[in-house]
Amino acid sequence: MNGRLRYATIGAALVLLATLPWWVGNSYYINIASQILLFAVFALALNVLVGYAGLVSLGHAGLFAIAGYTAALLLQAGYGHFAADTAAIVVTLAASAIFAVLALRSTGIGFLMITLALGQIVWGIAYRWASLTGGDNGVNVTTRPSPFGISLANAPSFYFASLVVFLLAFATMAVFVRSPFGASLRGTRDQARRMNALGYNVWLIRFVAIVFSGFWTGISGLLFIYYNQFVSPQVSALTASAEVLLMVISGGTATLLGPIAGAIIVVVMKNVVSAYVERWNLVLGLIFIVIITFMPDGLVPGTVRLCRWSWHVIRWNGKPAPAMEKHSPGAPP
Amino acid sequence: MMTQLTSAQAVILAINSFAFGGLLFLLSAGFSLIFGLMRIPNLMHGSFFMLGAYFGVSLLDWGVNFWVAALLSGLAMAVIGGIIERFLLRRLEGQVLPQVLLTLGFAFIIADICLMVWTGDPWQPTAPPSLRGAVQAFGLFFPLYRLAILAVAVAVAIALWIMVDWTRLGAMIRAGVDDPPIARVVGIKVSQLFTLIFCLGAALAAFAGVMGAPFLSVYPGLDFEMLPLALIVVILGGTGSLLGALVGSFLLGFLYNFGQAMFPDLAYVILFLPMLLVLVLRPQGLFGRVVA
Amino acid sequence: MSALAVTQLCKAFGGLRVTASVNLTVEAGERRLIIGPNGAGKTTLFNLITGEIAPDSGSIVLFDRDITRVASYRRPHLGMARTYQIITLFDKDTILRNVTLALLGLSSLRWSPFTDLDGQPQLIERAREALARVGLAHLAARPLSQTSYGERRRVEIAMALAQNPKVLLLDEPFAGLSIDERRDVRALLNAIPREVTIVMIEHNMDVALDWAERITLLHFGKVIVEGTRAEVVADPRTREVYLGH
Repeated sequence: MNGRLRYATIGAALVLLATLPWWVGNSYYINIASQILLFAVFALALNVLVGYAGLVSLGHAGLFAIAGYTAALLLQAGYGHFAADTAAIVVTLAASAIFAVLALRSTGIGFLMITLALGQIVWGIAYRWASLTGGDNGVNVTTRPSPFGISLANAPSFYFASLVVFLLAFATMAVFVRSPFGASLRGTRDQARRMNALGYNVWLIRFVAIVFSGFWTGISGLLFIYYNQFVSPQVSALTASAEVLLMVISGGTATLLGPIAGAIIVVVMKNVVSAYVERWNLVLGLIFIVIITFMPDGLVPGTVRLCRWSWHVIRWNGKPAPAMEKHSPGAPP
Repeated sequence: MMTQLTSAQAVILAINSFAFGGLLFLLSAGFSLIFGLMRIPNLMHGSFFMLGAYFGVSLLDWGVNFWVAALLSGLAMAVIGGIIERFLLRRLEGQVLPQVLLTLGFAFIIADICLMVWTGDPWQPTAPPSLRGAVQAFGLFFPLYRLAILAVAVAVAIALWIMVDWTRLGAMIRAGVDDPPIARVVGIKVSQLFTLIFCLGAALAAFAGVMGAPFLSVYPGLDFEMLPLALIVVILGGTGSLLGALVGSFLLGFLYNFGQAMFPDLAYVILFLPMLLVLVLRPQGLFGRVVA
Repeated sequence: MSALAVTQLCKAFGGLRVTASVNLTVEAGERRLIIGPNGAGKTTLFNLITGEIAPDSGSIVLFDRDITRVASYRRPHLGMARTYQIITLFDKDTILRNVTLALLGLSSLRWSPFTDLDGQPQLIERAREALARVGLAHLAARPLSQTSYGERRRVEIAMALAQNPKVLLLDEPFAGLSIDERRDVRALLNAIPREVTIVMIEHNMDVALDWAERITLLHFGKVIVEGTRAEVVADPRTREVYLGH
């Protein structure tokens, strides 16, 4: 894509996003758009690890929930929005650092298992430590903040707030991906041992990436509780971690637009499916299996491939399904 | 918040701990072998446990003998696990992320199917008639069924130990755990071994599910409650180590029961503490070996 | 002052002693060849020197500085660079990016999350120079996955050279190359200035014999013979290791 066309596309997308409430109209749909934006931030954050660091985390819902719960509980205790949100981000950063130190004892499967277990700890606290977290009843968030005196109470204003956060996150990621640090991180994904021999501190690079990812996860967690005005243990469940992982993978990992496409796909699908049947988990599971079996590189490139593949099958070529690319990160140095 | 225990309570708790530890061993022995041998993070292991328990519930409902129901359930799960391994997981060998997604996908599907078939209400079948009640000794009552679980777990542990340490099959498994490529080179049919281990693991998990049903009861969400426990056991004991799985299981059993009695709010979280300690101090697990 | 001094270095994997009290002193500017049959512990010795493996005992000194306990990722910053016997490169990137990563590794810029890596002309320029030294300037933009084996061997060397090392460790740089390619790599090595001390591993004695000034023969983790080219070739123990049994 040449420069001018690219700017034109970005401009058109910005105009579409900025005018969305007017051409969508119905506040139900505006709310879905807000949901997509906040989950896109979450998916972008996880993609830093899954896509660029080659570290698959199944505990990210835990970090998301830590931000949400910290803010919700502090608000409930009577603190202001600014104090509660700042504290929530600080706590999330600390939790990310702890996650990182523990999970980086291993890479590959080990990393995944440890993050899963850490996510379950958060779930255990949210669900079982009822005297602190209210258990299954969750915590209500009675008011939304009013940054610069602008109330975010109605759907369009909340959408714009989400849009601003999303654009910030997206811009940060876009710069990050092209930056030397982004290149270092990808290097540790592809050849950890070589990176070490070239003078890179692989452990520290991964650590920083996890904390960076944790920061945006926390931001999206805050958006979520303000959007929902409620937080419950479900937010920290393994299903939630799996959903956001699905967003990252369905859109295609290690791309900027992939997680956003994934967020759209998953949020829309979840809303549509939930409107008709109560079988979201079943659908979620089926999507995983279909993606793995037929579209290992993500839904968008995968659909193209699936079409071609079925064409071959119809024509009796009997060509096997495309093999999946290896995705195991390099051995630790 | 901490509750004081009398010594009689402590004894009962200890028995419950052994029983729960036994169950955990049945669950995680297979998980440990699958993880250690095949390097597959089998995230549907908790689902095998839950689905197996539901199978058992239904079989018992139809009047099948308890032990027959447990064995049938294990057999059914071995077949299901075998099919998934042979036809889907097999194609993803060595690819961590796809394996995770596939097993996770099945875990979600199994959870939803269970919800559809067995509804959201908990089921608690009764223990077999011969094992109801308690034996009295030293002035204390020991619930028979829990002792039976412990006995079964110990029997399975001994059987597995004999299998792994004394048979040709076990030699192949050990070789496979130590160095899969070399095992393959020296002519071990690693692929068939994988399927066998996977079926065995699934069967043990389902068997444990049925055994556990009378005292844990079966309810939606049991799968993802048990999965992390199997995970902790393996991280604690070290991958692929049966002795590690045994010790880790009993450790967790005690932590869970005493934790629940003394710090009810935090019992679930306390379970993770030894895992965190082991990760920091001895990442290869208590009985694991350092891989060069 | 010697460039590299390894003293009483020991390493065992379980019961297997892969290096047993190895002593190795390489003077600044020297061309040292380490030979030995497969399994002699040559690559392990490199891994110990670069810190990828921690020794059980012994010390490693780089220009009078004891680096035995220095983290391995710090050692390139102290002037040590290496190549791998089994090619270890970034397949998804271009040749130029591979070499740029080598340069970035020593630059504090590597921590920057805000700048644009492609907008670092001096870094890119130096990467191009390094590629020109190994004769690959014309292939800079080619993805590594589309290069030949011989070209990758040279990219390995280019990456090490780009870091301007004081001590360069080459692990079988001729492995798998054709006669023509070997000649090219030889010419390339000859062009490396004398400020750079080079230690090369080779298990095939003939390939680099006339390149070396001093030769160390390693066998079962022990230094069997060490001396000038003529001394080592004439030594009966060399014949025994290579022709005996």
